[in-house]
Amino acid sequence: MASVTFKVWRGDIDGGEFKNYKTDISEGMVVLDALFQIQADAANDLAIRWNCKAGKCGSCSAEVNGYPRLMCMTRMSSLPQDKPIKIEPMKSFPVIKDLVCDVSWNYEAKRRIKKFKPRKPDAADGTWRMQQEDVDRVQEFRKCIECFLCQDVCHVLREHHLHEHFIGPSLLVYTAALEMHPLDVEDRTEDLRKHQGIGYCNITKCCTNVCPEHITITDNAIIPLKERLVDKFYDPLKKILNLFSGKS
Amino acid sequence: MAYTDTLQRSSFGQTERQDSWWIQPLAIFLGFSAFIIYSTWAAFQGDNYHFGPYLSPFYSPEIFGGSSHSLFGPKPGWWPLWLPFSPAFLILWVPVGFRLTCYYYRGAYYKAFWGDPPACAVGEPRKKYRGEASFPLIIQNIHRYFLYLALMLIIFLTYDVWNALWFVDPATGQKSFGLGIGTFVLAANVILLSCYTLGCHSLRHLVGGFTDKFSGSPVRLKTYQCVSCLNKRHMFWAWMSLFVVGFSDIYIRLCAMGIWTDWRIL
Repeated sequence: MASVTFKVWRGDIDGGEFKNYKTDISEGMVVLDALFQIQADAANDLAIRWNCKAGKCGSCSAEVNGYPRLMCMTRMSSLPQDKPIKIEPMKSFPVIKDLVCDVSWNYEAKRRIKKFKPRKPDAADGTWRMQQEDVDRVQEFRKCIECFLCQDVCHVLREHHLHEHFIGPSLLVYTAALEMHPLDVEDRTEDLRKHQGIGYCNITKCCTNVCPEHITITDNAIIPLKERLVDKFYDPLKKILNLFSGKS
Repeated sequence: MAYTDTLQRSSFGQTERQDSWWIQPLAIFLGFSAFIIYSTWAAFQGDNYHFGPYLSPFYSPEIFGGSSHSLFGPKPGWWPLWLPFSPAFLILWVPVGFRLTCYYYRGAYYKAFWGDPPACAVGEPRKKYRGEASFPLIIQNIHRYFLYLALMLIIFLTYDVWNALWFVDPATGQKSFGLGIGTFVLAANVILLSCYTLGCHSLRHLVGGFTDKFSGSPVRLKTYQCVSCLNKRHMFWAWMSLFVVGFSDIYIRLCAMGIWTDWRIL
């Protein structure tokens, strides 16, 4: 059993500092286990948000050695233990206390995205028919657990704090799931350009790299949405062709 | 108090990351810089770009030029005297534009050259950020037009591989079938460039990504799946094709200069 030092950020919205804690690590432990031990032994008032401890609720997002991760899915054996392990809250959101952030902005921004608007029912009983090949693409997006690690690592939010102008990768995945849904008839391209700031994304793929559900956020959600915007706003040839084919 | 008022901003390069995050952007910076310097130099040379049946991909198609590969004869009379001429000038802007506006390359060079950001979760050099939402980077949306031209180049480069199979006997002047190392180099070049170009994000959109309904269109679905398959390894194809297109020019150039010998297999 090895003794490992943790530097855990302690504080609230007014500021804080890193505090050192030592705890014993045994085989199979994850970072969240170690923090539970610290909470039990040395820091009873340490605030941590967690729920499932199985990488499915998306609650225990934090930065482990400077990289956004789910604490419950980060094995201690994957981290160098010869120097202190730094644990801090996500940087794209205001801190409430210690490792707990106020992520409410994500839900408010999500509410502003145009809702699912299905076409008229296919059958007289008010139901629809969909083929598997039509929903294959959007099923990937449904894996999102709203851990907001992608929002945390996105430099547009993290460094430039453009929350007012850009909804971030997580909500672009949500928008893609609606926009590419075979039943949906709503058009969100104008909003994506004007209000949700998809143009701010410069395709660094950091969001894809940190996604614990391995959603290919940039290639499968953001870039296809960007291409749909090109169709509508930036492709004169397409506009001319649409004019002749009678499409709007 | 606004939601973001208490958020902190990192200074340039500031991070708590303990891994060697700087290696990837540095490698990309060095790789791109080496290619840009070499390709610019090679384009300005205007000679040693063809050898036997081989034509350097930097110069293909040779619209005007002094070699037997030229489509419309030598340098045109209307070309301004004060402007240096090289057949590469007429064509190299197409692959350059295609790669410059490519989604993979954009993400890579924004990090490596602009530090926007230098790496994930690492502080940036500038406070202001406009991304691709406004001028000048909004121009990146032109990518699909470069794609159309790049697809045409693939046809010409494939034709160059065909030409690279027919060698002229210096004694008789007769053309005969043959295989040289250069034939394989040019074939590898066109295969890798095809894998890169056919895996383009814009092409993926144009062949099927634009629609929400694949059922009832099996050909469209299959095409979309094929492009998506190549697209998954777009970064790999981007680097491999970049390396081999540069090597193809080096190979032909060194053969033309008499430094390397083109070994004939057949």
